[in-house]
Amino acid sequence: MQTLDAAFSALADPTRRAILARLALGEATVNELAEPFELTQPTVSRHLKVLEEAGLIIRRAEGTKRPSRLAPHAIATIDAYLDMLRKALAANYDRLDGVLAAMQAQKPPPETENPKGRKRK
Amino acid sequence: MTKLALKTEGDCIIVVTRRFAAAPEDVYRAHMEPDIIQKWMLGPDGWTMPVCVNEARPGGKIRYEWADGKGAGFYLTGEFVAVEPPHRIVHIERMHLPDPTPDNRIETTFAKDGGGTLMTMRMTLPDEATREMILKSGMETGMEASFARLETML
Repeated sequence: MQTLDAAFSALADPTRRAILARLALGEATVNELAEPFELTQPTVSRHLKVLEEAGLIIRRAEGTKRPSRLAPHAIATIDAYLDMLRKALAANYDRLDGVLAAMQAQKPPPETENPKGRKRK
Repeated sequence: MTKLALKTEGDCIIVVTRRFAAAPEDVYRAHMEPDIIQKWMLGPDGWTMPVCVNEARPGGKIRYEWADGKGAGFYLTGEFVAVEPPHRIVHIERMHLPDPTPDNRIETTFAKDGGGTLMTMRMTLPDEATREMILKSGMETGMEASFARLETML
């Protein structure tokens, strides 16, 4: 069972993000991952262990190969939450831009008062 | 450049940044005065905030109630930890859905940025159970459709 902390910790590493990007294209074995990234197999295995413990990938047994693939649930739940937050905040702050503009317009005119003392709209 | 940026920092911190074309004093006021808060902190179109309590002092209480005008709604309560006008606010908040979510500590800063303000907000990402509760609640109240999309993917 993944925890969010573990998922974010796993995602913080650029190599692990690159491995996830590769796995987004399809299942891959340790060998297939080691080659393009010029990493040793133990290094790849270590990264895969972190990703698996974070619930971000699933590994299945196929002889000794244990190919890895993305675990869709973990990534999707993080994305859904951040997506909801982003939309709610974007809507709020777009409205706040308008509120701030109205606050500027209501401020008393600067020192150089016009002679009739007319209020700005 | 006013576009919202949302990124993660370390294990589970969300950092939101946004620029505003107004001085920090004004952006700060807009976050602290109830009659101003009620004009913009509304979420999706069609929602209102009929109740806004915002006691701007350390230990002061926060209570925001939202309604969609069709009988759905939820509320948030919290307390201020630090109130340092016009540059920094720290508060604790929880949503009531209706069960309260775990406390989240949120630090908001307003820095002068040319003629405007750069706002930075740091919050803790909710744990998985809380996140699902929030997403499900959003789906029930029609605030957000992405969780419905997500569920069909699983």
